[in-house]
Amino acid sequence: MDQIRLKTLDYSLFYGEFRALNRINLEIPSNRITAFIGPSGCGKSTLLRSFNRMNELIPGVRTEGSVQLDGGDIFREDVVSLRKRVGMVFQKPNPFPKSIFDNVAYGPRIHGVRNRSRLAEIAEESLSRAALWDEVKDQLHKSAMALSGGQQQRLCIARAIAVKPEVILMDEPASALDPVATVKIEELMNSLKKNYTIVIVTHNMQQAARVSDFTAFLLTDENRAGNVIEFGPTDRIFTSPTDRRTEDYITGRFG
Amino acid sequence: MRKFTQSMFFSVFWLTGIAAVLVMLSVAGYVVVKGFSRITPDFFTTSPRGGLSGEGGILSTIITTVYLVLLTLAVATPLGVGAGIYLVEYADQSRSPLAARITSAARFGVETLAGVPSIIFGLFGYALFVTALKLGFSLASASLAGACLIIPVIIRTTEEALKSVPDSYREGSLALGASRWETVWKVVLPPAFPGITTGIVLGAGRIVSETAIFFVTLGGSYRTPSSLMSGGRSMALHVYYLAMETRAFDKAMATAAVLVVLVVVMNLSINMISRRISRNAR
Ligand SMILES: Nc1ncnc2c1ncn2[C@@H]1O[C@H](COP(=O)(O)OP(=O)(O)OP(=O)(O)O)[C@@H](O)[C@H]1O
Ligand SMILES: [Mg+2]
Repeated sequence: MDQIRLKTLDYSLFYGEFRALNRINLEIPSNRITAFIGPSGCGKSTLLRSFNRMNELIPGVRTEGSVQLDGGDIFREDVVSLRKRVGMVFQKPNPFPKSIFDNVAYGPRIHGVRNRSRLAEIAEESLSRAALWDEVKDQLHKSAMALSGGQQQRLCIARAIAVKPEVILMDEPASALDPVATVKIEELMNSLKKNYTIVIVTHNMQQAARVSDFTAFLLTDENRAGNVIEFGPTDRIFTSPTDRRTEDYITGRFG
Repeated sequence: MRKFTQSMFFSVFWLTGIAAVLVMLSVAGYVVVKGFSRITPDFFTTSPRGGLSGEGGILSTIITTVYLVLLTLAVATPLGVGAGIYLVEYADQSRSPLAARITSAARFGVETLAGVPSIIFGLFGYALFVTALKLGFSLASASLAGACLIIPVIIRTTEEALKSVPDSYREGSLALGASRWETVWKVVLPPAFPGITTGIVLGAGRIVSETAIFFVTLGGSYRTPSSLMSGGRSMALHVYYLAMETRAFDKAMATAAVLVVLVVVMNLSINMISRRISRNAR
Protein backbone atom coordinates (compact mmCIF):
# COMPACT_ATOMS: atom_id res chain seq x y z
CA MET A 1 0.00 0.00 0.00
CA ASP A 2 1.49 3.30 -1.08
CA GLN A 3 1.50 6.35 1.09
CA ILE A 4 -0.62 9.20 -0.31
CA ARG A 5 1.21 12.46 -0.92
CA LEU A 6 -1.31 14.62 -2.79
CA LYS A 7 -5.04 14.35 -2.59
CA THR A 8 -7.89 16.31 -4.15
CA LEU A 9 -11.40 16.27 -2.68
CA ASP A 10 -14.27 17.32 -4.92
CA TYR A 11 -11.89 19.88 -6.33
CA SER A 12 -13.24 22.24 -9.02
CA LEU A 13 -11.56 25.19 -10.68
CA PHE A 14 -13.18 28.08 -12.53
CA TYR A 15 -11.66 30.55 -14.99
CA GLY A 16 -14.21 33.30 -14.37
CA GLU A 17 -17.54 31.63 -15.03
CA PHE A 18 -16.03 28.73 -16.93
CA ARG A 19 -15.64 25.50 -14.98
CA ALA A 20 -12.38 23.98 -16.23
CA LEU A 21 -12.16 21.20 -13.64
CA ASN A 22 -15.20 19.37 -12.31
CA ARG A 23 -15.10 17.73 -8.87
CA ILE A 24 -11.76 16.01 -9.15
CA ASN A 25 -11.03 13.23 -6.65
CA LEU A 26 -7.51 11.87 -6.90
CA GLU A 27 -4.96 10.31 -4.58
CA ILE A 28 -1.39 10.64 -5.79
CA PRO A 29 1.01 8.19 -4.13
CA SER A 30 4.39 9.08 -2.70
CA ASN A 31 7.61 8.26 -4.54
CA ARG A 32 5.81 7.22 -7.67
CA ILE A 33 5.38 8.78 -11.08
CA THR A 34 1.81 9.71 -11.85
CA ALA A 35 0.90 10.72 -15.41
CA PHE A 36 -2.05 12.86 -16.50
CA ILE A 37 -3.19 12.02 -20.00
CA GLY A 38 -6.10 13.20 -22.11
CA PRO A 39 -6.95 15.22 -25.19
CA SER A 40 -5.92 18.86 -25.55
CA GLY A 41 -7.93 21.28 -23.41
CA CYS A 42 -9.18 18.67 -20.93
CA GLY A 43 -7.54 20.45 -18.00
CA LYS A 44 -4.32 18.49 -17.40
CA SER A 45 -2.17 21.61 -17.01
CA THR A 46 -4.82 23.32 -14.92
CA LEU A 47 -4.95 20.36 -12.55
CA LEU A 48 -1.16 20.13 -12.38
CA ARG A 49 -0.80 23.83 -11.67
CA SER A 50 -3.31 23.50 -8.85
CA PHE A 51 -0.84 21.57 -6.76
CA ASN A 52 1.53 24.54 -6.40
CA ARG A 53 -1.21 27.15 -6.72
CA MET A 54 0.23 28.63 -9.91
CA ASN A 55 -3.32 29.15 -11.22
CA GLU A 56 -3.70 31.90 -8.64
CA LEU A 57 -1.56 34.15 -10.81
CA ILE A 58 -4.36 34.24 -13.40
CA PRO A 59 -7.00 36.90 -12.75
CA GLY A 60 -10.50 35.55 -12.13
CA VAL A 61 -9.55 32.05 -11.02
CA ARG A 62 -11.70 30.52 -8.26
CA THR A 63 -11.68 27.06 -6.70
CA GLU A 64 -14.02 24.79 -4.75
CA GLY A 65 -13.26 21.69 -2.73
CA SER A 66 -9.83 21.01 -1.35
CA VAL A 67 -6.34 19.90 -2.25
CA GLN A 68 -4.15 18.31 0.40
CA LEU A 69 -0.44 17.80 0.65
CA ASP A 70 0.51 15.24 3.31
CA GLY A 71 -2.96 15.68 4.76
CA GLY A 72 -2.77 19.50 5.08
CA ASP A 73 -4.93 21.87 3.06
CA ILE A 74 -2.64 23.65 0.58
CA PHE A 75 -4.89 26.72 0.46
CA ARG A 76 -4.27 27.31 4.16
CA GLU A 77 -0.53 27.00 3.74
CA ASP A 78 1.69 29.97 2.98
CA VAL A 79 2.17 29.93 -0.79
CA VAL A 80 5.94 30.46 -0.53
CA SER A 81 6.43 27.40 1.67
CA LEU A 82 4.02 25.40 -0.49
CA ARG A 83 6.04 26.15 -3.62
CA LYS A 84 9.19 25.21 -1.78
CA ARG A 85 7.65 21.80 -1.14
CA VAL A 86 6.09 21.44 -4.58
CA GLY A 87 8.51 22.27 -7.40
CA MET A 88 7.66 22.69 -11.06
CA VAL A 89 9.30 22.09 -14.43
CA PHE A 90 7.74 23.79 -17.42
CA GLN A 91 7.06 22.67 -20.97
CA LYS A 92 9.60 25.02 -22.50
CA PRO A 93 12.92 25.07 -20.67
CA ASN A 94 13.04 28.42 -18.89
CA PRO A 95 16.45 28.93 -17.30
CA PHE A 96 17.10 32.46 -16.07
CA PRO A 97 19.58 34.50 -18.11
CA LYS A 98 22.20 33.93 -15.45
CA SER A 99 25.09 31.53 -14.98
CA ILE A 100 24.45 27.81 -14.53
CA PHE A 101 25.50 28.11 -10.91
CA ASP A 102 23.25 31.10 -10.23
CA ASN A 103 20.30 29.25 -11.72
CA VAL A 104 20.68 26.33 -9.35
CA ALA A 105 21.54 28.57 -6.40
CA TYR A 106 18.55 30.84 -7.03
CA GLY A 107 16.03 28.87 -4.97
CA PRO A 108 18.29 28.16 -1.98
CA ARG A 109 19.32 31.83 -1.90
CA ILE A 110 15.69 32.93 -1.91
CA HIS A 111 15.10 30.61 1.01
CA GLY A 112 17.98 32.05 2.99
CA VAL A 113 21.12 29.99 2.22
CA ARG A 114 24.01 32.49 2.11
CA ASN A 115 27.06 30.36 2.77
CA ARG A 116 29.06 29.97 -0.44
CA SER A 117 30.41 26.50 0.21
CA ARG A 118 26.95 25.31 1.23
CA LEU A 119 25.56 26.72 -2.04
CA ALA A 120 28.32 24.99 -3.99
CA GLU A 121 27.44 21.72 -2.28
CA ILE A 122 23.75 22.12 -3.09
CA ALA A 123 24.58 22.98 -6.71
CA GLU A 124 26.75 19.90 -7.15
CA GLU A 125 24.22 17.62 -5.53
CA SER A 126 21.28 18.99 -7.52
CA LEU A 127 23.13 18.96 -10.82
CA SER A 128 24.30 15.41 -10.18
CA ARG A 129 20.77 14.26 -9.44
CA ALA A 130 19.61 15.96 -12.61
CA ALA A 131 22.31 14.04 -14.53
CA LEU A 132 23.94 17.26 -15.69
CA TRP A 133 26.92 17.61 -13.36
CA ASP A 134 29.46 15.84 -15.55
CA GLU A 135 28.55 17.96 -18.55
CA VAL A 136 28.75 21.34 -16.80
CA LYS A 137 31.07 20.99 -13.82
CA ASP A 138 33.86 22.89 -15.57
CA GLN A 139 31.66 25.73 -16.77
CA LEU A 140 29.40 26.55 -13.87
CA HIS A 141 29.88 30.24 -14.49
CA LYS A 142 28.89 30.10 -18.13
CA SER A 143 25.49 31.46 -19.09
CA ALA A 144 22.69 28.92 -18.89
CA MET A 145 21.38 30.28 -22.18
CA ALA A 146 24.36 28.71 -23.96
CA LEU A 147 23.25 25.16 -23.06
CA SER A 148 21.28 22.92 -25.44
CA GLY A 149 17.53 22.56 -24.96
CA GLY A 150 17.87 19.18 -23.27
CA GLN A 151 20.60 20.47 -20.98
CA GLN A 152 18.51 23.52 -20.17
CA GLN A 153 15.59 21.30 -19.19
CA ARG A 154 17.81 19.21 -16.92
CA LEU A 155 19.12 22.47 -15.45
CA CYS A 156 15.53 23.47 -14.72
CA ILE A 157 15.05 20.13 -12.99
CA ALA A 158 18.23 20.72 -10.97
CA ARG A 159 16.96 24.20 -10.11
CA ALA A 160 13.71 22.69 -8.82
CA ILE A 161 15.54 19.97 -6.88
CA ALA A 162 17.85 22.50 -5.22
CA VAL A 163 15.11 23.72 -2.86
CA LYS A 164 14.53 20.13 -1.68
CA PRO A 165 10.89 19.74 -2.70
CA GLU A 166 8.77 16.70 -1.89
CA VAL A 167 6.88 16.82 -5.15
CA ILE A 168 8.01 17.75 -8.67
CA LEU A 169 5.36 18.74 -11.19
CA MET A 170 6.29 18.47 -14.86
CA ASP A 171 4.11 19.81 -17.65
CA GLU A 172 5.12 18.04 -20.87
CA PRO A 173 8.78 18.36 -19.87
CA ALA A 174 10.10 16.66 -22.98
CA SER A 175 7.78 17.98 -25.65
CA ALA A 176 10.22 20.66 -26.77
CA LEU A 177 13.15 18.22 -26.92
CA ASP A 178 14.60 15.80 -29.45
CA PRO A 179 14.31 12.01 -28.93
CA VAL A 180 17.76 11.62 -27.39
CA ALA A 181 17.17 14.37 -24.87
CA THR A 182 13.72 12.93 -24.19
CA VAL A 183 15.17 9.55 -23.27
CA LYS A 184 17.55 11.30 -20.89
CA ILE A 185 14.71 13.12 -19.17
CA GLU A 186 12.72 9.89 -18.87
CA GLU A 187 15.66 8.03 -17.33
CA LEU A 188 16.13 10.95 -15.00
CA MET A 189 12.51 10.80 -13.82
CA ASN A 190 12.95 7.15 -13.02
CA SER A 191 16.00 7.80 -10.89
CA LEU A 192 14.29 10.74 -9.16
CA LYS A 193 11.28 8.88 -7.89
CA LYS A 194 13.32 7.32 -5.08
CA ASN A 195 13.37 10.73 -3.44
CA TYR A 196 10.48 12.64 -4.93
CA THR A 197 6.86 12.26 -5.88
CA ILE A 198 6.54 13.10 -9.56
CA VAL A 199 3.45 14.21 -11.42
CA ILE A 200 3.79 14.58 -15.16
CA VAL A 201 1.50 15.76 -17.95
CA THR A 202 2.14 14.13 -21.28
CA HIS A 203 0.58 13.88 -24.70
CA ASN A 204 2.69 10.93 -25.56
CA MET A 205 0.99 7.59 -24.76
CA GLN A 206 4.21 5.60 -25.06
CA GLN A 207 5.90 7.99 -22.69
CA ALA A 208 3.12 7.64 -20.13
CA ALA A 209 3.27 3.85 -20.45
CA ARG A 210 7.08 3.83 -20.21
CA VAL A 211 7.69 6.08 -17.27
CA SER A 212 4.63 6.26 -15.06
CA ASP A 213 3.42 4.00 -12.27
CA PHE A 214 -0.06 5.51 -12.14
CA THR A 215 -2.15 7.15 -14.81
CA ALA A 216 -5.12 9.49 -14.63
CA PHE A 217 -7.19 9.91 -17.78
CA LEU A 218 -9.01 13.21 -18.08
CA LEU A 219 -11.73 14.16 -20.50
CA THR A 220 -14.11 17.07 -20.92
CA ASP A 221 -17.82 16.56 -20.35
CA GLU A 222 -20.65 18.16 -22.34
CA ASN A 223 -19.96 21.52 -20.62
CA ARG A 224 -16.27 21.40 -21.60
CA ALA A 225 -15.35 20.88 -17.93
CA GLY A 226 -12.46 18.48 -17.25
CA ASN A 227 -13.25 15.26 -15.36
CA VAL A 228 -11.09 12.39 -14.24
CA ILE A 229 -12.54 9.40 -16.08
CA GLU A 230 -10.25 6.76 -14.76
CA PHE A 231 -7.31 6.52 -12.39
CA GLY A 232 -5.17 3.54 -11.50
CA PRO A 233 -1.91 1.70 -11.98
CA THR A 234 -0.52 2.42 -15.44
CA ASP A 235 -0.34 -1.28 -16.41
CA ARG A 236 -4.00 -1.74 -15.72
CA ILE A 237 -5.10 1.49 -17.42
CA PHE A 238 -3.20 0.54 -20.55
CA THR A 239 -4.05 -3.18 -20.64
CA SER A 240 -7.55 -3.40 -19.26
CA PRO A 241 -9.23 -0.01 -18.86
CA THR A 242 -12.63 -0.23 -17.25
CA ASP A 243 -14.08 2.78 -19.04
CA ARG A 244 -14.87 2.60 -22.73
CA ARG A 245 -13.66 6.19 -23.29
CA THR A 246 -10.24 5.43 -21.80
CA GLU A 247 -9.86 2.49 -24.12
CA ASP A 248 -10.89 4.57 -27.13
CA TYR A 249 -8.37 7.26 -26.21
CA ILE A 250 -5.36 5.03 -25.63
CA THR A 251 -6.02 2.98 -28.72
CA GLY A 252 -6.14 6.27 -30.62
CA ARG A 253 -9.79 6.33 -31.59
CA PHE A 254 -10.16 9.95 -30.52
CA GLY A 255 -8.25 12.83 -28.98
CA MET B 1 2.67 47.35 -63.24
CA ARG B 2 2.67 46.32 -59.58
CA LYS B 3 6.42 46.07 -59.74
CA PHE B 4 6.63 49.57 -61.14
CA THR B 5 4.41 51.06 -58.44
CA GLN B 6 6.42 49.30 -55.82
CA SER B 7 9.75 50.53 -57.10
CA MET B 8 8.34 54.02 -57.46
CA PHE B 9 7.25 54.05 -53.81
CA PHE B 10 10.56 52.61 -52.74
CA SER B 11 12.43 55.38 -54.55
CA VAL B 12 10.23 58.00 -52.86
CA PHE B 13 10.94 56.47 -49.46
CA TRP B 14 14.62 56.33 -50.27
CA LEU B 15 14.68 59.96 -51.34
CA THR B 16 12.83 61.02 -48.20
CA GLY B 17 15.27 59.09 -46.09
CA ILE B 18 18.25 60.57 -47.85
CA ALA B 19 16.75 64.06 -47.59
CA ALA B 20 16.26 63.63 -43.84
CA VAL B 21 19.84 62.53 -43.40
CA LEU B 22 21.08 65.40 -45.55
CA VAL B 23 19.07 67.98 -43.62
CA MET B 24 20.33 66.62 -40.33
CA LEU B 25 23.91 66.54 -41.53
CA SER B 26 23.79 70.04 -42.92
CA VAL B 27 22.20 71.53 -39.80
CA ALA B 28 24.64 69.75 -37.51
CA GLY B 29 27.50 70.40 -39.94
CA TYR B 30 26.70 74.10 -40.27
CA VAL B 31 26.50 74.58 -36.54
CA VAL B 32 29.59 72.54 -35.82
CA VAL B 33 31.73 74.10 -38.56
CA LYS B 34 30.60 77.64 -37.80
CA GLY B 35 30.77 77.08 -34.08
CA PHE B 36 34.03 75.25 -33.74
CA SER B 37 36.02 77.95 -35.46
CA ARG B 38 35.22 80.18 -32.45
CA ILE B 39 36.14 77.65 -29.82
CA THR B 40 39.33 78.21 -27.86
CA PRO B 41 40.42 76.52 -24.63
CA ASP B 42 39.30 79.67 -22.78
CA PHE B 43 35.82 79.06 -23.98
CA PHE B 44 35.51 76.05 -21.68
CA THR B 45 37.45 77.42 -18.75
CA THR B 46 35.86 80.83 -18.26
CA SER B 47 32.33 81.77 -17.38
CA PRO B 48 30.14 84.28 -19.22
CA ARG B 49 30.68 87.84 -18.04
CA GLY B 50 27.52 89.30 -19.53
CA GLY B 51 27.31 92.46 -21.54
CA LEU B 52 26.01 93.17 -24.99
CA SER B 53 29.02 91.56 -26.62
CA GLY B 54 28.51 88.31 -24.66
CA GLU B 55 31.95 88.18 -23.16
CA GLY B 56 33.45 85.07 -21.55
CA GLY B 57 33.12 81.36 -22.09
CA ILE B 58 30.58 78.78 -21.03
CA LEU B 59 32.05 77.18 -17.91
CA SER B 60 29.22 78.09 -15.54
CA THR B 61 26.60 76.96 -18.04
CA ILE B 62 28.29 73.56 -18.35
CA ILE B 63 28.30 73.24 -14.57
CA THR B 64 24.66 74.32 -14.38
CA THR B 65 23.70 71.79 -17.05
CA VAL B 66 25.44 68.99 -15.18
CA TYR B 67 23.73 69.97 -11.90
CA LEU B 68 20.42 70.21 -13.64
CA VAL B 69 20.71 66.80 -15.29
CA LEU B 70 21.86 65.09 -12.11
CA LEU B 71 19.20 66.69 -9.93
CA THR B 72 16.44 65.98 -12.42
CA LEU B 73 17.48 62.36 -12.77
CA ALA B 74 17.74 62.01 -9.00
CA VAL B 75 14.06 62.92 -8.79
CA ALA B 76 12.77 61.36 -12.01
CA THR B 77 14.59 58.01 -12.04
CA PRO B 78 13.23 56.48 -8.83
CA LEU B 79 9.73 57.81 -9.50
CA GLY B 80 9.63 56.89 -13.19
CA VAL B 81 11.24 53.47 -12.87
CA GLY B 82 9.18 52.76 -9.76
CA ALA B 83 5.94 53.68 -11.52
CA GLY B 84 6.86 51.58 -14.57
CA ILE B 85 7.61 48.58 -12.36
CA TYR B 86 4.41 49.09 -10.43
CA LEU B 87 2.30 49.28 -13.59
CA VAL B 88 3.74 46.19 -15.29
CA GLU B 89 4.64 43.92 -12.40
CA TYR B 90 1.92 44.68 -9.88
CA ALA B 91 -1.05 46.55 -11.31
CA ASP B 92 -1.29 44.42 -14.47
CA GLN B 93 -1.20 41.25 -12.37
CA SER B 94 -3.89 42.39 -9.99
CA ARG B 95 -7.29 40.73 -10.07
CA SER B 96 -9.31 43.77 -9.03
CA PRO B 97 -11.28 45.52 -11.80
CA LEU B 98 -10.91 48.81 -9.96
CA ALA B 99 -7.12 48.51 -10.09
CA ALA B 100 -7.38 47.75 -13.80
CA ARG B 101 -9.41 50.90 -14.37
CA ILE B 102 -7.00 53.06 -12.37
CA THR B 103 -4.03 51.66 -14.28
CA SER B 104 -5.55 52.29 -17.65
CA ALA B 105 -6.32 55.87 -16.57
CA ALA B 106 -2.71 56.23 -15.39
CA ARG B 107 -1.43 54.87 -18.71
CA PHE B 108 -3.61 57.30 -20.62
CA GLY B 109 -2.20 60.12 -18.50
CA VAL B 110 1.37 59.03 -19.14
CA GLU B 111 0.78 58.77 -22.90
CA THR B 112 -0.77 62.22 -22.99
CA LEU B 113 1.91 63.85 -20.85
CA ALA B 114 4.63 62.39 -23.04
CA GLY B 115 3.18 64.37 -25.94
CA VAL B 116 2.60 67.69 -24.15
CA PRO B 117 4.87 70.56 -25.32
CA SER B 118 7.56 71.32 -22.82
CA ILE B 119 6.50 74.93 -22.29
CA ILE B 120 3.31 73.61 -20.66
CA PHE B 121 5.47 71.82 -18.11
CA GLY B 122 7.36 75.09 -17.76
CA LEU B 123 4.21 77.06 -16.98
CA PHE B 124 3.08 74.35 -14.59
CA GLY B 125 6.48 74.38 -12.92
CA TYR B 126 6.40 78.17 -12.73
CA ALA B 127 2.96 78.20 -11.12
CA LEU B 128 3.67 75.38 -8.68
CA PHE B 129 7.35 75.42 -7.79
CA VAL B 130 8.46 78.98 -8.53
CA THR B 131 5.42 80.81 -7.14
CA ALA B 132 3.17 78.63 -5.00
CA LEU B 133 5.96 76.73 -3.26
CA LYS B 134 8.12 79.88 -3.29
CA LEU B 135 11.19 78.11 -4.64
CA GLY B 136 11.81 81.02 -7.02
CA PHE B 137 13.90 80.73 -10.17
CA SER B 138 16.21 78.01 -8.95
CA LEU B 139 17.81 74.66 -9.61
CA ALA B 140 15.17 73.21 -7.29
CA SER B 141 12.25 74.55 -9.35
CA ALA B 142 13.90 73.68 -12.63
CA SER B 143 14.81 70.13 -11.74
CA LEU B 144 11.35 69.45 -10.33
CA ALA B 145 9.74 70.80 -13.51
CA GLY B 146 12.27 68.88 -15.61
CA ALA B 147 11.44 65.72 -13.69
CA CYS B 148 7.74 66.19 -14.54
CA LEU B 149 8.77 66.45 -18.19
CA ILE B 150 10.84 63.28 -18.34
CA ILE B 151 9.02 61.02 -15.89
CA PRO B 152 6.52 59.97 -18.59
CA VAL B 153 9.42 59.08 -20.91
CA ILE B 154 11.09 57.02 -18.21
CA ILE B 155 7.84 55.30 -17.25
CA ARG B 156 7.19 54.31 -20.85
CA THR B 157 10.65 52.97 -21.58
CA THR B 158 10.65 51.10 -18.26
CA GLU B 159 7.31 49.52 -19.15
CA GLU B 160 8.58 48.49 -22.58
CA ALA B 161 11.76 47.04 -21.11
CA LEU B 162 9.84 45.03 -18.52
CA LYS B 163 7.30 43.76 -21.04
CA SER B 164 10.10 42.43 -23.22
CA VAL B 165 11.17 40.08 -20.39
CA PRO B 166 9.44 36.74 -21.06
CA ASP B 167 6.78 35.64 -18.56
CA SER B 168 8.42 32.25 -18.36
CA TYR B 169 11.18 33.85 -16.24
CA ARG B 170 8.61 35.20 -13.81
CA GLU B 171 6.80 31.85 -13.63
CA GLY B 172 10.06 30.00 -13.09
CA SER B 173 10.95 32.25 -10.19
CA LEU B 174 7.51 32.25 -8.56
CA ALA B 175 7.34 28.46 -8.85
CA LEU B 176 10.50 28.25 -6.75
CA GLY B 177 8.74 30.07 -3.94
CA ALA B 178 10.10 33.55 -4.65
CA SER B 179 7.85 36.47 -3.80
CA ARG B 180 6.80 38.92 -6.47
CA TRP B 181 9.28 41.45 -5.18
CA GLU B 182 12.17 38.96 -5.26
CA THR B 183 11.15 37.91 -8.75
CA VAL B 184 11.15 41.48 -10.03
CA TRP B 185 14.36 42.39 -8.31
CA LYS B 186 16.44 39.32 -9.11
CA VAL B 187 15.02 37.93 -12.35
CA VAL B 188 13.10 40.60 -14.24
CA LEU B 189 15.15 43.75 -13.65
CA PRO B 190 18.59 42.47 -14.74
CA PRO B 191 17.59 41.72 -18.35
CA ALA B 192 15.42 44.87 -18.42
CA PHE B 193 18.24 47.04 -17.13
CA PRO B 194 19.71 48.14 -20.50
CA GLY B 195 16.26 49.18 -21.73
CA ILE B 196 15.58 51.16 -18.59
CA THR B 197 18.97 52.83 -18.90
CA THR B 198 18.07 53.86 -22.44
CA GLY B 199 15.01 55.65 -21.05
CA ILE B 200 17.09 57.46 -18.46
CA VAL B 201 19.64 58.59 -21.04
CA LEU B 202 16.82 59.77 -23.31
CA GLY B 203 15.47 61.78 -20.40
CA ALA B 204 18.90 63.26 -19.71
CA GLY B 205 19.13 64.24 -23.39
CA ARG B 206 15.81 65.99 -23.10
CA ILE B 207 17.05 68.02 -20.12
CA VAL B 208 20.23 69.00 -21.94
CA SER B 209 18.37 70.25 -24.98
CA GLU B 210 15.21 71.86 -23.53
CA THR B 211 15.01 75.64 -23.36
CA ALA B 212 11.45 76.84 -22.84
CA ILE B 213 10.77 74.92 -19.64
CA PHE B 214 13.93 76.24 -17.97
CA PHE B 215 13.40 79.77 -19.19
CA VAL B 216 10.46 80.02 -16.78
CA THR B 217 11.88 77.96 -13.91
CA LEU B 218 15.66 78.36 -13.85
CA GLY B 219 15.84 82.06 -14.66
CA GLY B 220 18.90 83.16 -16.57
CA SER B 221 21.67 84.10 -14.20
CA TYR B 222 25.01 83.26 -15.78
CA ARG B 223 26.75 82.79 -12.45
CA THR B 224 27.63 79.30 -11.19
CA PRO B 225 24.81 78.19 -8.87
CA SER B 226 25.91 77.91 -5.25
CA SER B 227 22.92 76.05 -3.88
CA LEU B 228 19.66 74.36 -4.80
CA MET B 229 17.98 77.71 -4.43
CA SER B 230 20.22 79.56 -6.92
CA GLY B 231 19.02 80.23 -10.40
CA GLY B 232 21.24 79.55 -13.36
CA ARG B 233 21.61 79.08 -17.05
CA SER B 234 21.94 75.75 -18.82
CA MET B 235 23.87 75.56 -22.09
CA ALA B 236 20.73 75.48 -24.19
CA LEU B 237 19.39 78.54 -22.35
CA HIS B 238 22.72 80.25 -22.86
CA VAL B 239 22.42 79.77 -26.61
CA TYR B 240 19.03 81.42 -26.44
CA TYR B 241 20.25 84.35 -24.35
CA LEU B 242 23.32 84.90 -26.49
CA ALA B 243 21.29 84.88 -29.66
CA MET B 244 18.47 87.09 -28.37
CA GLU B 245 20.16 89.52 -26.00
CA THR B 246 23.72 89.97 -27.22
CA ARG B 247 25.51 90.59 -30.43
CA ALA B 248 27.68 87.52 -29.90
CA PHE B 249 25.98 85.32 -32.44
CA ASP B 250 29.22 83.47 -33.09
CA LYS B 251 29.37 82.45 -29.43
CA ALA B 252 25.81 81.22 -29.61
CA MET B 253 26.95 79.09 -32.53
CA ALA B 254 29.95 77.81 -30.62
CA THR B 255 27.83 76.85 -27.62
CA ALA B 256 25.34 75.23 -29.96
CA ALA B 257 28.15 73.21 -31.53
CA VAL B 258 29.17 71.87 -28.13
CA LEU B 259 25.52 71.00 -27.45
CA VAL B 260 25.17 69.20 -30.79
CA VAL B 261 28.25 67.10 -30.10
CA LEU B 262 26.96 66.29 -26.62
CA VAL B 263 23.56 65.19 -27.92
CA VAL B 264 25.15 63.07 -30.65
CA VAL B 265 27.34 61.37 -28.06
CA MET B 266 24.30 60.65 -25.90
CA ASN B 267 22.42 59.16 -28.83
CA LEU B 268 25.38 57.00 -29.76
CA SER B 269 25.48 55.68 -26.22
CA ILE B 270 21.78 54.80 -26.48
CA ASN B 271 22.50 52.91 -29.70
CA MET B 272 25.27 51.05 -27.99
CA ILE B 273 23.00 50.10 -25.13
CA SER B 274 20.24 48.86 -27.41
CA ARG B 275 22.73 46.81 -29.42
CA ARG B 276 23.71 45.20 -26.14
CA ILE B 277 20.06 44.44 -25.47
CA SER B 278 19.49 42.67 -28.76
CA ARG B 279 22.69 40.72 -28.29
CA ASN B 280 21.54 39.55 -24.84
CA ALA B 281 18.10 38.67 -26.14
CA ARG B 282 19.57 36.07 -28.49
N1 LIG C 1 -5.70 31.40 -18.41
C1 LIG C 1 -6.86 30.84 -18.80
N2 LIG C 1 -7.98 31.58 -18.85
C2 LIG C 1 -9.16 31.03 -19.26
N3 LIG C 1 -9.31 29.75 -19.63
C3 LIG C 1 -8.22 28.96 -19.60
C4 LIG C 1 -6.94 29.47 -19.19
N4 LIG C 1 -6.03 28.46 -19.26
C5 LIG C 1 -6.73 27.37 -19.71
N5 LIG C 1 -8.03 27.67 -19.91
C6 LIG C 1 -9.07 26.74 -20.36
O1 LIG C 1 -9.15 25.68 -19.46
C7 LIG C 1 -9.31 24.44 -20.13
C8 LIG C 1 -8.19 23.51 -19.74
O2 LIG C 1 -6.96 24.04 -20.18
P1 LIG C 1 -5.58 23.31 -19.88
O3 LIG C 1 -4.50 24.20 -20.36
O4 LIG C 1 -5.54 22.90 -18.46
O5 LIG C 1 -5.70 22.02 -20.80
P2 LIG C 1 -4.62 20.91 -21.14
O6 LIG C 1 -5.28 19.61 -20.89
O7 LIG C 1 -3.35 21.18 -20.43
O8 LIG C 1 -4.44 21.11 -22.70
P3 LIG C 1 -3.12 20.87 -23.59
O9 LIG C 1 -2.99 19.40 -23.68
O10 LIG C 1 -3.46 21.50 -24.88
O11 LIG C 1 -1.99 21.52 -22.89
C9 LIG C 1 -9.32 24.78 -21.63
O12 LIG C 1 -10.67 24.83 -22.04
C10 LIG C 1 -8.69 26.12 -21.70
O13 LIG C 1 -9.22 26.86 -22.77
MG1 LIG D 1 -1.34 21.76 -21.07
